[in-house]
Amino acid sequence: MPPESPVETVVRTMVLWFPDWPVVAARSIHGLPPAASVAVIDRGIVIACSAEARQEGVRRGLRVREAQLRSPALTVHPHDPETDARAFDPVIAAIEQVIPGVQLIRPGLCAVRARGAARYYGGEEQAATAVLDRLLHEGHPPAVVGIADGRYTAEQAAMQALLGDTEGQAIAIVPPGASPAFLAALPIEAVDAPELAPLLRRLGARTLGDFAALDASDVRARFGEEGAAAHERAAGLDRRPVIPRLPPRDFDSGIDFEPPLDRVDQIAFALRAVAERCAGGLTSAGLVCTGIRVTVTSDRGERSEREWNHPRHFTPAEIVDRVRWQLQGSGGVEGGLESPIARVVISPTRVDAISHHEEGLWGRSPDERIHHGLSRIQSMLGHEAVLTAVPGGGRLLAERRVLVPWGDAPPPRERLAADRPWPGSLPEPAPATVYDPPLAATVLDDGESSVDVDRRGRLSAELAWISIDELQPRRRRRVTAWAGPWPLRQRWWDPARARRADRFQVLDDDGEGWLLLLEQHRWRVEAHYD
Amino acid sequence: MFENSCVAVLLGSRSSALAERSEVREELQARIRQMQSTRLPERSLPLLDELRPLLPEGLRAGATYSVTGSTSLALALLAAPSREGAWCGMLGLPHLGTEAAAGLGIELDRLVLVPDAGARWLGVAAAMTEVLGLVVAAPSRVTPAEASRLAARLRQRESTLIVLGPWPQADAVLRATASDWSGLGRGHGHLMSRRLRVETVSRGGRPRSRVITLPTRGTDAAASPAATEPPLRLAPDPTATPAAHAS
Repeated sequence: MPPESPVETVVRTMVLWFPDWPVVAARSIHGLPPAASVAVIDRGIVIACSAEARQEGVRRGLRVREAQLRSPALTVHPHDPETDARAFDPVIAAIEQVIPGVQLIRPGLCAVRARGAARYYGGEEQAATAVLDRLLHEGHPPAVVGIADGRYTAEQAAMQALLGDTEGQAIAIVPPGASPAFLAALPIEAVDAPELAPLLRRLGARTLGDFAALDASDVRARFGEEGAAAHERAAGLDRRPVIPRLPPRDFDSGIDFEPPLDRVDQIAFALRAVAERCAGGLTSAGLVCTGIRVTVTSDRGERSEREWNHPRHFTPAEIVDRVRWQLQGSGGVEGGLESPIARVVISPTRVDAISHHEEGLWGRSPDERIHHGLSRIQSMLGHEAVLTAVPGGGRLLAERRVLVPWGDAPPPRERLAADRPWPGSLPEPAPATVYDPPLAATVLDDGESSVDVDRRGRLSAELAWISIDELQPRRRRRVTAWAGPWPLRQRWWDPARARRADRFQVLDDDGEGWLLLLEQHRWRVEAHYD
Repeated sequence: MFENSCVAVLLGSRSSALAERSEVREELQARIRQMQSTRLPERSLPLLDELRPLLPEGLRAGATYSVTGSTSLALALLAAPSREGAWCGMLGLPHLGTEAAAGLGIELDRLVLVPDAGARWLGVAAAMTEVLGLVVAAPSRVTPAEASRLAARLRQRESTLIVLGPWPQADAVLRATASDWSGLGRGHGHLMSRRLRVETVSRGGRPRSRVITLPTRGTDAAASPAATEPPLRLAPDPTATPAAHAS
């Protein structure tokens, strides 16, 4: 039996291309101005720019400085692949309503099989128009459509359509079987392996047609598997099938309150069913969620959004707790809400297979029990009431103590910088009681006048008496030993966090050690070595 | 198996058979006593070597201790159990220096802080002792009945409560009565080590007074070479050197 003719294994494909998608996504998600020149950069290189910027000479691959030179008003935005994907999701959903079975190639570029759609809409052009109309109707950015044999040819057709048309909407159709002829005229820079293009041009292949005319076995021998695939595509034989994505299930659960509710307990009560539904839907899909995003909308349209993570996974009661904490904020259990709540949406942000979270045969691990107990305290006192500590970096003792609510992820280690040397921090041992904010104190010398340090760090007199009114009013402590001033000068370049203070260690006649801080002629107690 | 042992008994001399029988009898009686005992065997928690003179019988699981006069002493009591994997909690101590706790060898990963329980002190303390092995708590106003309920709960869960202040039914009271630091002069030096006179009153025992050197680091850390270096070595920057102007 003879092998199938190669043309038949090539799928008739429709490609939808949204030019400059990173720019479109950045504009829609980060609210960049719609008609300004914008460039999206990744590690100092422009990877996408708006049409306005392109008119001023900004191109892909330029360095940021060069791009800013060409277009001084350029707004530069760092590339965020997640934003691109998030902004593209509704577009795919809109396309799926017209033609099912969309393959996402990358954000901004997707492919569908053209045959079924062409039969249904009565022609390829009609099908493409239907998609574009739908996108226009839903207010999505303009796209160009390329229809050809194979994905690569369709992509090339779409790009040609963009170059040939200035009205925004464009459809380019390469008739069946005409792909090799269409591709043959394109310059070699369009080849599917960009790193080969300069070499091929030097070798004398100036168009894809020249490249396609080479012998397949020679190309494979010279350029390897990747070159062979590019060669095949240049000849119009792109055998990659269109693999439609499975539309992800929507696990978001929300509830609208009509009339809006202004009591936390009412909202929590109504949410119980929603949380059950949300968790139930995940369970039936064999998933558990370890992170949720709770979006609360008040009747005045204010939105509060917060992500909550869970060290294990959320149960319905815990979801309700998180919403309650978010609504209460720092107001405590009895605090009322500022404005009535009209809508609450719970969206799972991180899910995991349920099999990873199955309880062991012999019940829960001890840590599970601890988590349970601490969550109970959190539901009594609030999320921020149960804390764990991580070592922080800094010179002041309050900076070196970073408290994280139970269940939240601690800040990244690099930001804490706890293992840096921090010259000027206190020598060991650390005091067991740290006052944050420090307590006011009075420090006197033997002549009953306040002790101070001048600009050059000289002490006016020896320390003789201290009194700390906030701890024990009217009690004067005799200073038996002291050391200092230890200067603390930091971050003079940052007015908000700059400190210029002097530290003293003081031992009183009870044998109690104190750490004093002299800042702007005012004495304060930073810590107690008790 | 039984046959074998019977054969062994028959083959052995008469005296050894008798000894073996009495051994078996004693073992069985011991097991009966153990099963009949009404008191649970008391588990004691590890203690840092420096603190052993204060509590020769060790820190008992399920007991309540009252520590007055020194937060560091209470933290030092937690250090050894925490290093062996116990979870510790701090209730009502908003000013706790966690760096000091970590320096003593308390694992911060297993330390839970509830800085302010407000009016629900007792409920929170009960919930914390339910899951955590050791809890250090600032005292609160409790009635003796509530205190004994909490004590019963502690015994049942085998978790230890250390109250930083007076407590009506403490199993032992540790009172720091005098303290003395070394390393600090008049205008030079820095606080290095602390000696503490601690008066211990166990329930039904005579008061004992001991002088201990308060550990400043966990023993493991002290053994490592990095910790034995003088603490002032990390000070290359003259504008930010503690004690550089002191001597």
